[in-house]
Amino acid sequence: MELLGRILDTLPGILRDVVPIVVILTGFQIGVLRRPIPHLKQILIGFVYVLLGLTLFLIGLESALFPLGKIMARQLTDPVFIYGTLDRVPDVFHWGDYIWVYLFAGAIGFATTIAEPALIAVAIKAEKVSGGAIGVRGLRVAVALGVAAGIALGAYRIVTGTPLHYYIIAGYVVVIVQTAFAPRLIVALAYDSGGVTTSTVTVPLVAALGLGLAGTVPGRSPLLDGFGLIAFASLFPIITVMGYAQLGEWLTRRRRERREATD
Amino acid sequence: MPDQFSKFLGSIRDSVRDLLPIVAVIAFFQLAVLQQPIPDLGNMLVGVFLVVLGLTFFIRGLEISLFPLGESMAYAFARKGSLFWLLLFAFALGFGTTAAEPALIAVADEAAEVAAQGGMILDEPVQRARYALGLRLTVALAVGLAIAIGVIRILKGWPIHYFIIAGYLLVVLMTTVAPREIIGIAYDSGGVTTSTVTVPLVAALGIGLASSIHGRNPMVDGFGLIAFASLTPIIFVMVYGMIL
Repeated sequence: MELLGRILDTLPGILRDVVPIVVILTGFQIGVLRRPIPHLKQILIGFVYVLLGLTLFLIGLESALFPLGKIMARQLTDPVFIYGTLDRVPDVFHWGDYIWVYLFAGAIGFATTIAEPALIAVAIKAEKVSGGAIGVRGLRVAVALGVAAGIALGAYRIVTGTPLHYYIIAGYVVVIVQTAFAPRLIVALAYDSGGVTTSTVTVPLVAALGLGLAGTVPGRSPLLDGFGLIAFASLFPIITVMGYAQLGEWLTRRRRERREATD
Repeated sequence: MPDQFSKFLGSIRDSVRDLLPIVAVIAFFQLAVLQQPIPDLGNMLVGVFLVVLGLTFFIRGLEISLFPLGESMAYAFARKGSLFWLLLFAFALGFGTTAAEPALIAVADEAAEVAAQGGMILDEPVQRARYALGLRLTVALAVGLAIAIGVIRILKGWPIHYFIIAGYLLVVLMTTVAPREIIGIAYDSGGVTTSTVTVPLVAALGIGLASSIHGRNPMVDGFGLIAFASLTPIIFVMVYGMIL
C-alpha cells in the first residue's frame, strides 16, 4: 500500500516530463506528417514500459539510495569526521584534509554514471551505428571515468575556492586540442556524452555533495560555490571518450605494426 | 514465450550489474570509512530491487518504442522534404521537453535564490518566481534553437567541431563580462537540460536523419544534437544574467 502511495507521488513529475513529448510527437504525426504511427500498439506498450520503468527506478532511488547517499555526503564533509573532534578544527585548513571527500566524489560519480539510463540509451545506439566498433560497456566506462575525475576535481575546487571558469576554460582547451587529433568518428559522440551523463541518478547526489561541501568548508558559501559540479561532470567525459577512441586506435595500430614486423 | 522470458532474465541481470557499483560505493564508505551500520537494510534492499526492475522496463520500452518512433519520424520528415516543418518539429521537441523538465525547475529555483541574495532582484516570492520562470524559458528557448541548428548541421553535413569550438569561445568571452553570481548556474544549466526521455528520442532523430540522407554518415553526422543542447543554455543563461 505504501508503494502505491509512492507511485502516486512520483508519477506526476514523470508525467510532466513525458506529456509534452507525447503531445508534440502526436501533434506533428497527425497534423504535419498525416500518416498513422507504424506499430502503434507496440509503441504504446513501450511508452507504458518507459513510464513504469522510470517511476519504479526513481522510487527505488529515492527510498533507498538517495537518502543514504545524501547523509553520507553530509557526514564526510562534517568537520567532526574530518578532524576527529570539533576542538581540533584548525584555523587554516589544508585541502588534503578532505581526501575522503574527493574519493567519495569520484567513486559516486563513477557509480551513478554507470547506472544512468540516458547514457545506456546513447551507448546502445552508438554500438549499433558503429557496427560494434564502439562497445556499450567501453563507452560507458569511459564516460563514467570522466565524470569521476570531473566531480573529484570539482570537489577540490570547492574546497580550495578557486574560480570555476579557470577549470572550465582549461578543459575546453584540452577538448579543442584533442578534437584535432581524435578519430573523426568519435568526435560527435564524445561531445554528446558530455550532455547525457547528468540526469536522473547523478544530479541529486552530486548536488547534495556540492551544497554540503560548500556549506561546511570555512569561507565558502553554498549559494556561490555550491554550483559547478554538474558542469565538471559534463565536461570531463568529452575528454575521456575521445581519449578512449585515441587509445583504441593506437592499440590497433601497434598490433598491426607488430604483426607486420613478425611477418 | 520461453525465449522472451530468458531475454527478460538477461536484461534483469544487466540491470543488476549496472547498479552494483552504487551499492558497493555506498556500502564501502558507510562501513569502512564512516564505520556505521547501514540503516534500514530491508528498505534499502526493496529500493534496489525496484531500481533494477525499473531500469529493465525502461530499457525494454526504449527499444520497442522511443527509438523506433524517433527514427520513423525522422524518415517521414526526410521523405516529406519540408525544411520548415522539420525545423519547427526540432524546435518544439527541444523547447517543449526542456520547459517542463523537473531537474531544470529545481535549478531555476535555486538560481532565483542566489540572485535574490546577490541583490540582482528584490528578495520577495513574486520576484523570485518571475526570475525562475524567465530562466526556465531562456534555457528552453536555447535548447529548442540548439536542436533546430543541430538538424540544419546534419542536413548540410557541416563538421560539428567548428560549432562546438565557436560555442566554447563565446562561453569564454561571455564569462569575462557576465556577473559572477550567474556563472556557476549558467555552466550547470547546460548539464541538466537533457532528460532521460528526451535523450533517446533526440539521438534517434539525429541518427534517423543522418541515415536517410544520401552521403551522411550516421556516426559522424547523426550524433551531436545533445552536445548542442548542452552548450547553448550556458550562453543564453549568461545573457539572461547580463540583461537583468
